[in-house]
Amino acid sequence: MKIIVNGVEQNVTAKTVAELVVEMGYEDVPVATARNQAVVAKRNRETTDIHEGDRIEILIPMQGG
Amino acid sequence: MADALTLYGTTFQSRLMLGTAQYPSPAILAEAIKISKAEIVTVSLRRETTGGTGGREFWTMIKELGVHVLPNTAGCHTAKEAILTAELARDVFDTDWIKLEVIGHADTLQPDVFGLVDGARELTAQGFKVFPYTTDDIVVAEKLLAVGCEVLMPWGAPIGSGKGLNNRFALKAMRAHFPHIPLVVDAGIGVPSHAADAMELGYDAILLNTAVAKAGDPVQMAKGFALGLEAGRLAYLAGAMEPRDMAVPSTPVLGLAFSEI
Repeated sequence: MKIIVNGVEQNVTAKTVAELVVEMGYEDVPVATARNQAVVAKRNRETTDIHEGDRIEILIPMQGG
Repeated sequence: MADALTLYGTTFQSRLMLGTAQYPSPAILAEAIKISKAEIVTVSLRRETTGGTGGREFWTMIKELGVHVLPNTAGCHTAKEAILTAELARDVFDTDWIKLEVIGHADTLQPDVFGLVDGARELTAQGFKVFPYTTDDIVVAEKLLAVGCEVLMPWGAPIGSGKGLNNRFALKAMRAHFPHIPLVVDAGIGVPSHAADAMELGYDAILLNTAVAKAGDPVQMAKGFALGLEAGRLAYLAGAMEPRDMAVPSTPVLGLAFSEI
């Protein structure tokens, strides 16, 4: 399935946001996720399906001022 | 706790809030935080850059330091973007604190105060404790308080400029107008004397980043800021003398030798 992750097209096998987080290599860091510009909270990742063409953001803690 | 800083019901001993960006290395950032005694640091949420692990190491280091994190909405130009960023930050950082930035101008990074008030209203309704990065405009400040903000963070000068307190008169008026609201000078501070100046005006805290991160020796500068803030705070609490236009001798004139010659 082709989706956009952090602005880049990806071909993924994940069916949920939770699976996508693992597939993209973020299992060892806290992340925030959004699907099509709506927040997907931690507790909802396993039940939030992803679909062809979805735009997913996976964000991590960074330095900030 | 003597002379503690209270923000949304949480008390702190340090009045310095430190940004975590632009340091030469994570180790220097960690040392700067430690020596500054800052208890609150600002953080952001970003996409991980290709092949980079800096964000992961950064978060591990911040957790180990045990400091309070204040996520920001830096880079957001609309209330909608800022609200979405705040919601994401709350989910990952497990805090309802948010430093709300809604930028109105790309060159000056001046806050869009209209978007700021809109964003603060919505976020407060969602239970966030909003720290708004604002200007020194008292009318805007009143609107931010009216929508639920309990802290105000006016700029000293544009972000990253290091110019100090551009409008000391306005900041002084703001302090006088809101005697019981925690006021934090956020942005524009360049050297410890700027921070001391703000503290002498009665400001409750300072939020800065670039002045430490871009110093020749960030760790030394972090210590300098800690001392500058302390000096300014003590001076404010002590009460400064009234400036005079004419010289007044400090040594007694009475009893001066040879005075009859």
